[in-house]
Amino acid sequence: MCTTCGCGNDAKATLTNSNGDKVLDIHSHDHGHHDHLHDHDHSHTHDHHHEHSHSPSSVISLEKEILAKNNFLAGQNRGWFEERNILALNLVSSPGAGKTTLLEQTLKDLKDEISLSVIEGDQETVNDAERIRATGCKVVQINTGTGCHLEADMLARGLKELQPPRNSVLMIENVGNLVCPALFDLGERAKVAVLSVTEGEDKPLKYPHMFQASNIMILNKVDLLPYVEFNVDKCIEYARQVNPEIQVFQMSATKGDGLNTWYEWLKSEISNKNQVP
Amino acid sequence: MHELGITRNIVAIVIEHAKGSKVLRVVLEIGKLSAVMPDAIRFCFDVCSKGTQLEGADLEIIETPACFICRECSSEIVTNEFFVQCDCGSTHLECVAGQELNIKEMEVA
Repeated sequence: MCTTCGCGNDAKATLTNSNGDKVLDIHSHDHGHHDHLHDHDHSHTHDHHHEHSHSPSSVISLEKEILAKNNFLAGQNRGWFEERNILALNLVSSPGAGKTTLLEQTLKDLKDEISLSVIEGDQETVNDAERIRATGCKVVQINTGTGCHLEADMLARGLKELQPPRNSVLMIENVGNLVCPALFDLGERAKVAVLSVTEGEDKPLKYPHMFQASNIMILNKVDLLPYVEFNVDKCIEYARQVNPEIQVFQMSATKGDGLNTWYEWLKSEISNKNQVP
Repeated sequence: MHELGITRNIVAIVIEHAKGSKVLRVVLEIGKLSAVMPDAIRFCFDVCSKGTQLEGADLEIIETPACFICRECSSEIVTNEFFVQCDCGSTHLECVAGQELNIKEMEVA
């Protein structure tokens, strides 16, 4: 449902009577104006209903994407980022994979080179925002309550509050969850999936949607490899099975191993951020 | 668990287009690779439609198979699996169908 006015959304829908005749375009909703641009003519619908008054019910063809509202709002966010030359990345992982630690380290190491700000998503608490704020970075926390992922409208509200500067990088830390965030576009340039070596190398196969939707897989906590049974090659092979184009960075956010490759990638993305991936 | 939010969206979209009429039937199209469980949608549909004009409506779910196009040899592969290999040996496949999440039609009284 539309959070602006409580109505449906933007996708083009047509109303078709039971004979298969297209009657009208149901809804053309412009969020920018908050006007209801219902370009339908009620008299037509009613005419048809009257003509077919002998039939007990009528079938209405909708062909509506259920996630159209979120996708529309994500598109608005994407335009907002492009206009301001902001590189937005959506960090996703299971809880405890190291997203916040990776962010803390990145902010500390790059604060003199890149303008960075953060939107934190968690079900509850402002703990992560406090960790980010301690690095001196601008941050807004979104608590989703019962929600298990961020949605595009939540991000839009977060952006209003955060006001990230032009020509900067925005890191969006999604709720720790390898399922739902894959479905909800926020308007980001890329999803970055963080997987830690304490989790099991078959995660990309168990949660294929997420790894398919991500451009980058960060294999974190590689300093623990001597202590865990984790086959790095297998894991990368599995990730490429669901997403042949996924780029993989191996690192330890706490010890600093491999962070440079990630920083180099970030910098290269900044220089071509106006290009669609 | 995201099925609850998705079902709320479905109910809201249907109510909007039903324009006050009683809804008898809703037809959804859910791709096999959509990350949405039809059974969970069914469960949530009863809960979300309670007290609305959708209450008691039949919910039909058409599950659509996945289709991949091989990037090496351009073959078409229809499957219900996420991980497939083309007969040519390639795993570089582009998913062209199977991720649908649509309300196809509804029947109103």
